[in-house]
Order: sequence, then C-alpha cells, then structure tokens
Amino acid sequence: MTIEEVRKIILNILADIAPDEDISCIDDNTKLRDQIDLDSMDFLDIVMELRKRFNIEVPEKDYEHLATMAGCVSYLTPLLKDRPLAS
Amino acid sequence: MHYDTIIIGAGLSGLAAGIRLAMFDKKVCIVEKHTELGGLNSFYVRKKRTFDVGLHAMTNFTAKGVRSSPLGKLLKQLRFSHDDFRLCQQKISEIRFPGKSLCFTNEFEFMRQEVAEQFPGQIDGFNKLVKKILMFDELNLDDSKPLLSQPVLESFISDPMLIDMLFCPLMYYGNAREGDMDFYQFVIMFKSIFIEGFSKPEGGMLYILNLMAEKFKNLGGELRMGNGVKAINVSQRKVSSVTLENEEELTTEAVLSSMGYVETLNCCEPKLTESGRSEIGQVSFMESLFIVDREPQELGYDKSIIFFSTKQKFDYKVPEDLIDISSGVLCCSNNFKYPKPLKEGLIRLTNLASFEKWDSLARKDYIAAKKEWRGSALEQLFTFFPDFRDNVVFLDSFTPKTIKKYTGHINGAVYGSPEKIKNGKTSVKNLYICGTDQGFLGIIGATLSGISMVNLHLLR
Repeated sequence: MTIEEVRKIILNILADIAPDEDISCIDDNTKLRDQIDLDSMDFLDIVMELRKRFNIEVPEKDYEHLATMAGCVSYLTPLLKDRPLAS
Repeated sequence: MHYDTIIIGAGLSGLAAGIRLAMFDKKVCIVEKHTELGGLNSFYVRKKRTFDVGLHAMTNFTAKGVRSSPLGKLLKQLRFSHDDFRLCQQKISEIRFPGKSLCFTNEFEFMRQEVAEQFPGQIDGFNKLVKKILMFDELNLDDSKPLLSQPVLESFISDPMLIDMLFCPLMYYGNAREGDMDFYQFVIMFKSIFIEGFSKPEGGMLYILNLMAEKFKNLGGELRMGNGVKAINVSQRKVSSVTLENEEELTTEAVLSSMGYVETLNCCEPKLTESGRSEIGQVSFMESLFIVDREPQELGYDKSIIFFSTKQKFDYKVPEDLIDISSGVLCCSNNFKYPKPLKEGLIRLTNLASFEKWDSLARKDYIAAKKEWRGSALEQLFTFFPDFRDNVVFLDSFTPKTIKKYTGHINGAVYGSPEKIKNGKTSVKNLYICGTDQGFLGIIGATLSGISMVNLHLLR
C-alpha cells in the first residue's frame, strides 16, 4: 500500500465513524479532533476498525500517533506497506 | 458454542452493548428471559393497543448535527443517523406546585425566563447553580466521594419550593435514592431534561427496540428470547459459562449483565456477596394509562408532561400507603410534535408506590387495590386539573409488582440501587455490570451505559 492509499483508508474509516462530518478538507498536520468532532470514544473506533479491517493492533501507548492525519499515515504505512489495498 | 461475550438482558443497555461488540466482529449472544425486548423500557399489548412502559419521553434531545451531546455520542457509537430515531420534540412541559407553575421547553432560555418571572428573588442564585452544573464533570467514572444535592441547592437557592420544583422532574425521571439525590445524578438529569429536553420516537419504544435488535442481528449478533440465565458459573473469581433456564450451558470469555448488581451476584454459582456495595433500590411506581375519546388538549391537558405536587413540600420516598397520591407525573403522549396525530388520546399518570405493600396483597385484594388507588389518585389529581373520567374509553394500571415480574429487578426498583457501580466492575474478573445499576439512567443513559462498559472493558 502506498502512502496515498493509507491516507485513503483512514479517510474511509473516518467517514464510517463520523458520517455527518465533512472530511474532504482535512489538514494533515492539524489534530483530527480539532477539525472534526472526535472524542476518545471515536479514537477507540479508529483503532477497532484497523483491527477489524487489517488485523493491526495499536497498543494504547501508541494512540498519540493517531492524533493527526500525518501521524496516522507515518505510523500505519510501515504496518500496511506489504498489504494490497483490497483485502 | 463459545462466545467472546454473553450479555444478560435485551434492554437498551444490553442491545447497545451487543451492537458495539458485534460491530467489531466479536462473537456475542444476548440472553433475555422475557419474550419481549426492552427490560425496564419495554411495551405491552392490551386489546390491540401497544403501550410503552418506562417511556414517557426520551430525555437528552439535541438537534441533528450535535455530536458531543449524549444523544449525539450514542448515535455515533452505534452508527445510527439522527433521522433513524424518528424523534418528535415536546411542545411544552410544566412543573406545578400549589400556587406556582414553571413551564419549560427544549429551549433552556425559556425556563430561565420562567424562573425569573415566578421567583424573581432567586434568579441570581439559579443562574449560579446553572453555571456550576455546566462546569461539573458528571461523567467521570471514578468512584469519588458522595455529594448530595440538597445542600448544594440550598447554597444557591433560599426558597425551598423552587428547590422542590427543580427536584420533582429530575427525581421522578431518574433518582434511585429516597429523599435526596446524588449531585452528579442531579447534574445528569438537569442537563438531560432542562438543558437538552424531551422527545418521543414516532412508533414508540417498540420502534426503537426493533431498530436496535435488527442492527444487532444484522451485524451477526445472536439474540435468545424467553430463556433467561439461571446461573453464572464462577470459579476462582472468573466466569467460565452461564447456564440457561432450559439447562443449556454457554461458555464465554466474559459476561456483561444488565439484570441489576445484586441480582447478578445472586445469580452467580456459587452465590457471591460483596460487602458494603449492595444497597438495594426501593423506588418504584404505579402507573395508570387512560385512553380518552378525544385529544387530551380538548380536555384541558395541553402540556407534553406535567410534574406536580399537590403539597407545598415534595416528598420523594417510598410511600407508607400503596401509593403516594400527593405528587405524580402526567404524560400526554399526543402533545408531542408528531408528523401526524396519534390515533387515540392517551394520558398516563405515574405515582410513587411501595413494592412491599403491593407484594403483600393476595391476588383478589391486589386487583381491588389497583382500582381503589387509581380512583384515589384521580380524585387528588382533579383537585388540580380538569376531570376526564367521563372520556375514558380504556384504562389499565401496573404496579411495582408488575415491574418485578417482567424485569426481575428486586422491588421493581425502576432506577436500581442508589449506590451505582460506575466502573461496572465486580469482584469477578470477567463479569461486568451495565444498565440501571451502573449509573447512567433514562433511555439515552441506559444505552450509553452499554456502550461505555463495552468500550471500557470488552473492546480493548
């Protein structure tokens, strides 16, 4: 999976857990929770979706890496790089 | 069959918990002893009419798009859209005491204005109280030291009647404790009723319950109705399985129980006792439903919900008689903003009631007492409100005994134990509590209870 594909996956997950939010203009370097209305319960959903879709376990100490889109991409790309996009 | 989680009870907390778990591919089974969904917020059918029990109105109404509110969180976590719940807002509700009336709508400023007009000397204190309420973190799940509401309210408001008028709806709609209310519960209820507000789902409780049960099943969850849990099998402080009433044994990694805290401990095999944390709830109600032959507003009932006390001093406690007729709640289901009017007029009257007194009556006396006390409650009501007796075409009543029978909650205690287990933990490692004894009350609260216990204990 490429960086761009990983970014797209995050956007898909965000669209699923926050269907009423506009995610088309997310800034990669600003905290997600400051741009769309995410709380700690929603971050759990992101982690759970990653587990469900890609069997990736994100330990609680690493949640901080998911705070921004750029953080998500750099944390997840190494974990997903050998995966095909469709799974 | 081996499960990741077995959930006891297909009420709102159990269904919500089930949806969350099934959403993330957990193998989950909800076991319900009754043949209908809903638990304390259920429904029943008489003469082809479906009546809600529990649901007068849903509290916590916030508009579509508000996502940080309890309703917003619930919808988001269960992945429903606001439209799915088909919520119809209240028109206007009232708190009526001798010589005083406070109305409120889903716009909080309306109520603030009412307090300013009815209690001009108290408005500054009221505003300060509201400020304190808004700043308060009532959702903290840590068991902090208890703080009661009466002294807090007295530090802001000097008129005891205003204090009682604020207490009346909040206690009736969610207080497990007699006489006073934990302050965090007061804050939860104040926000959910006065700051947010009331609505009803079009189609009633049955609609919401079916919506949730369908979602649960579509996600792969299993629902077993009419087959309760006979025993939660515990060894070395760990649950390994549950035994159902039909003797079937289901093995599991964890159990989440909404049957009540003490009820859950009693169900463990061997039976568990946890000292100091097992105060049993006592507060219960008698409710009478009156189908009337016209719209309630034509009979002089134009409010959505009325909380009343015919005495100066409002007493929220288990009555010495079978019921306490001096205060109550009137709900006119018709007076909500439905897209089309309901088929029939419906007025519901709720009074505090004593489980012990009702339970001690023999069958024949029980039926006579229902009729007699319903009559007395109406007599008292009509000293304050217009008489509608000539317009009643059907009526029915239920008591704390009925609630116990169908929900299994000891004493028919609608709001469970006054001592909440906020973190949902028991002394058994993989046995957790959700629902009315965990701490969030009301329909939205119960649903959030299921969600938050799953998030806290079963998804990480």
